[in-house]
Amino acid sequence: MNFHLKVWRQKDTNAPGTLEEYEAENIPAGASFLEMLDIVNAGLTRKNIEPIQFDSDCREGICGTCSLTINGIPHGKGRGTTCQLYMRKFQDGETITIEPFRADAFPVQRDLVTNRSAFDRVIQAGGYISERTGSAPDANSVPISKVIADQAMDAAACIGCGACAAACPNGSAMLFVSAKVTHLGLLPQGKPEKNRRVLSMVRQMDEEGFGNCSNYYACEAVCPAGVPAAFIGRMNREFTAASVKEMLGMSV
Amino acid sequence: MITSPSASARTGPCPGWLWLNSSIGKKTVVAVTGIALVAFVIGHLLGNFTIFLGPDAINAYGAKLQSLGPLLWVIRLALLGILVAHIYFTMKLWQENNAARPQKYLASNPVGTTVFARTMRLSGLIVLAFVIFHLAHFTVRVVDTSYATMHTMLDGHEVHDVYKMVVTGFSSGPVVFIYIIGLFLLTFHLSHGLSSLFQTFGITNRRIRQNYETAGRVLAWALYVGYISIPVSIYFFGLGKGVLQ
Repeated sequence: MNFHLKVWRQKDTNAPGTLEEYEAENIPAGASFLEMLDIVNAGLTRKNIEPIQFDSDCREGICGTCSLTINGIPHGKGRGTTCQLYMRKFQDGETITIEPFRADAFPVQRDLVTNRSAFDRVIQAGGYISERTGSAPDANSVPISKVIADQAMDAAACIGCGACAAACPNGSAMLFVSAKVTHLGLLPQGKPEKNRRVLSMVRQMDEEGFGNCSNYYACEAVCPAGVPAAFIGRMNREFTAASVKEMLGMSV
Repeated sequence: MITSPSASARTGPCPGWLWLNSSIGKKTVVAVTGIALVAFVIGHLLGNFTIFLGPDAINAYGAKLQSLGPLLWVIRLALLGILVAHIYFTMKLWQENNAARPQKYLASNPVGTTVFARTMRLSGLIVLAFVIFHLAHFTVRVVDTSYATMHTMLDGHEVHDVYKMVVTGFSSGPVVFIYIIGLFLLTFHLSHGLSSLFQTFGITNRRIRQNYETAGRVLAWALYVGYISIPVSIYFFGLGKGVLQ
């Protein structure tokens, strides 16, 4: 298959970037999007052109390292990460525009590589449990209802790729933060700190310069892990409840 | 450990201020003021419906509101304050949102969103312009100054002839057009706003979202039909034609 690529090239964070055009020729239909870029890069290297820089790691859809906004959609069309997007999903001869994830909190480092450390700092603000709970408890020794376990699991599916913030017209990271808050806040190990966790993580999120949620639900539409936007509602409720407790002078 | 100073050792800005300045706090203010404004819109429509009960009903309703005196001004100022807060916090959110996404995608492809959601600020500002026109038209009566001199007798008292004013007002094609468009944008605004507030308050889960989104849209369109029924009845179906002779 052949494709006409328009790729964002940018030398470093402060340099202005532009869309450069490249031809991707003789691409197997079974190649993943990243493998297609690998092939293009091999060609560029042969021609002594600096290859296109992009993020990738596990290439099996679980690590959340790959990014890319393909034709305006983070991770491209369809559910899943860019590494799980195959070229057979595109038309032969199609023009494909590839841009980095866009959000002020995700500065472009080079070409399609963005610095998503803002998410790490949000996690550092409270996306964990403080007390060591020992080794895995005996199954069923801590009863958790199936409903709660399923919900926590759906939230825990978040791989922290940043597609939600990249898709959001407001550059908001609410889906990511709400997934972490929900996942930890629902389970017995995370519950004792749920108030301070939501306060701390939301404040860090604001500080990082992520935008505010306008309930567009673009995040949910692109999330490769299928995290539902209902978790954002849940976080809104928990944040306000925790804030009220704090206003009343209660220990949170 | 997730740091959180105990209540007694807490320093820095007060928790209320922190909440108000957080992204969720600002959104909540917009939602709460939005509910108050929708409550007003519903009450206003119910009052308007007295026009279908004849001149005496709406004139008595108008006279009753005027007789509230100072209380009427308290309500008006409260509504103004709510409106100002609604717009102020929206503009603040808008400013932050623009700063959070300075570089737009060259290949833009909005997914998941609705046209109602994407045009909230625009529809809101047009509705604001419409509200100002509406106040100038029927409350301050500067669009057609003859409205102010329309009086009638009701139970032995001279009262403002609201019925004649409304019928005269909606006998003009351009005015009816402005109302139909202005109210349509209000409906547009509420189509997203009414469902959005459930999400902002967190009264949501995957199961009920579709329900409140539908309910919000139905209420928004019901309000539209209710409101335009008055200009449409007057302009197209000749309601109250008799008073103009």
